[in-house]
Order: sequence, then structure tokens, then C-alpha cells
Amino acid sequence: MYIIVVGGGRVGYYLTKELLEAGHELVVLEKNERRARQIADELGSIVLARDGCEGKHLAEAGANRAAIVAAVTGDDEDNLVVCQMAKHHFEVPRTIARVNNPKNEGLFRHLGVDEVISPTRMALAAIEQDIPVHELLHLANLEGGELELLEAQIGEDSPAVGRRPSDIPLPEGCTLFVLIRNDGAYAIRPETVFQVGDKVLAISRTECAVDLRRELIGETTGAEVTSLTR
Amino acid sequence: MRVIVVGCGRVGAGLAERLARAGNEVTVIDVDSEAFSRLEHDFPGQALRADGTDEDVLRRAGADEADMFFSLTEGDNRNVLAAQLASERFGIRHVVAKVNDPVRAEAYTTLGLATICRTRMLVDELARYAGLEGDPGARGISLAQQPHHHEPDGSHPRGTRADDKAGAGAVSGDSTGGQGGRE
Repeated sequence: MYIIVVGGGRVGYYLTKELLEAGHELVVLEKNERRARQIADELGSIVLARDGCEGKHLAEAGANRAAIVAAVTGDDEDNLVVCQMAKHHFEVPRTIARVNNPKNEGLFRHLGVDEVISPTRMALAAIEQDIPVHELLHLANLEGGELELLEAQIGEDSPAVGRRPSDIPLPEGCTLFVLIRNDGAYAIRPETVFQVGDKVLAISRTECAVDLRRELIGETTGAEVTSLTR
Repeated sequence: MRVIVVGCGRVGAGLAERLARAGNEVTVIDVDSEAFSRLEHDFPGQALRADGTDEDVLRRAGADEADMFFSLTEGDNRNVLAAQLASERFGIRHVVAKVNDPVRAEAYTTLGLATICRTRMLVDELARYAGLEGDPGARGISLAQQPHHHEPDGSHPRGTRADDKAGAGAVSGDSTGGQGGRE
């Protein structure tokens, strides 16, 4: 499979190294000449000292036959432009962008980037599994980010306390499926009554997480769920 | 009219100044507070020192209620990102991005973004001066011929469209400063 990696920073370097070891054919575009030379010295002549944001350089790198373009520079705007050029100019089937500002994730996806990777969000999610400041924990992305797996902690202020699933107005495309109570996991049934201290696993469309939060946790704290779910 | 200008270089500052004096509510954003020295001391608008490619910053600048948006930093890619945030996230109707690389400018015009390309404009003006035939597409703002991109949900894209021309004519090309750094 032919892959173009744009950005030869640390992420680009290790990504390239791993992909080469896995036997892929690839080229790296790194606009800084010194950095490009460094990578070439270590990994061989697979580097073009070119700015991957420019169409002609993508063309030179063979974008029209690339299966994947991965834009992993440190600048969100550059990664967006690389992916948009690759997608719309060269019809690259799969584009991948690294984003630093987690809020750009949704926008990039909306603008046609196939896969958006946010190290910030991953670190945040890892931290918040230990310290649930948001009460609505993001556990995983499903279906390429359209859906997410969430864990909600039912607290004293939750409007769900004492109610059954059918009493809770859930947004379309959102399902509650597992209850964690007293260290056991149980399927959520029509007769289940939610109690303080319960944890509920839910799968929700990404944009419905806010509604889910309101129904299961309440509108108490000022903490925003959006930083996790966008 | 509420206007947001990202990038307080010579072009950004000049435009912000004129729009504000004409009675518009103008917010100009730049990452470098030094850039605001290009504004007159009695500039009748708002100056915000922040990153104009950040959604939260744009919201703070009033993007939810803005009627017009110009991204005029020195970085083509930053302008493209800010402009797409403005049209796609905030639904601002009139959005123009300065994209100095002619290839990228054309690519984004095809994608539906209104762009202004200093390089192409200057080359054309100078070529005309030298007696060559002008390039009619080089003057002013290139507007979208088609919707911005394929909407995954099938909805109609908001933002810059060819019929939204908003009376914006040719802007004379001047070099810009501001948002110093990367490009």
C-alpha cells in the first residue's frame, strides 16, 4: 500500500519507521530541509524536502496513486489543508489528520477528513477515567467517530434517580445498555430503576452527548462535556 | 453590520479601520498585541489578542452574531482554517479568506470558499501595466461556483456562495504584516 506522510516531526518520524518495518511503500514530505536530511540519513531516501500543503508537491509525491495520506505536522491548519487537497484534488481514498485542538476534531471530520486523531483528547480521556471531573466519561469512539461509548455516573442531582429507562426522554440514536451497581454489571431492562451511585454505559451519537448528560447527570456543574465529545 | 477581521497586518488593520469608521461593529483579532499598533489610537472597534483559528476565540469575538468575516493573516492555511470555522461552525454568510498561493486559492475557490489572492492580483496588475492582456479572474474576490463540499448529512452547506457577493469589489493588493511567524 502506498502511503504519504506529511510532517517529519516526532510523530511523522516514528510513524514512518513503523510503516516501513511493516513493509509499506511510502514517502515523507517535510518542508524543513535539515529535518528532511536527518530523516533520510536514518530511514533512507524516502523523504522529499517539500511543503505538503502545496498541490504540486503532493502531485510530485504521487498523491494520485496514494491509498492513504497522513498529515501529522504540529499545526492543525496545515494538516487540514493537506487532507483537503489530497481528498479533493487527488481523490485519495483515506486521509488522516492529527489535531491538537480537540475542538477542531468535529470540524475536520465535517470538512471531509476521514480519520481525525487528537492526542490531546486521548490524554484527556485517559486522565478523566481516573478523575471523573466531567461525570460523563468518554470511553471510546465507534463508527469512525459518529458514535461514542460513554459512562455516566448517577449522582444525587441526577433527574434519572428513581426512574425507569422508559421515563427518560433519550435523544434519537442513543441507547443505555449496561448498569454497573455494587461492582456488578447488569443489562438495563424496562423494569430497572436507577439509583444514586449507579454507573450507566451508553452509546450515543456524538452530537447527542449533551442531551444524554442532561437526562442522566443533570445541569448542575459548569463543567462542559463538549471538550470530551467533540 | 457585525464584522470579524482575523489578522491585524496592514490589510487587516486598514480594513478594520475603514469598516469601523463607516459605523460597523468590528472586532479585529491577532495573536500578537504589537500588531494592534497599526490601528489608529482612536480605533472605534474591538481588538482581541488571541488565536483566530480557535473556535472558542471566535465565539468570544461574537462569531455567533457576525455578518461578515475576513481572515487576513500571513498564513494561507490559518486563513483557510479560520474561514471554514466561520462558515461551517458559525454559519457566517459572508466569509473571505486571503490565500496568497494561487494554486491553493484556486483549489479552495472550487471547494466553495471566497478567496482573495494577492499574488495573482499583483501579477495581473503589473502585467497589464506592461501592456499584456489582463486575466479577468485575477481581480477582486473569487467566489464559489459550487457548494463547499459534500455534506455527510445531506444538508445544504451554509456560508459563502456565489450569490452572496455583498458588494465587495477589488481590494488593492498591499503586503501584510501581523500574525508573525511560521509562513
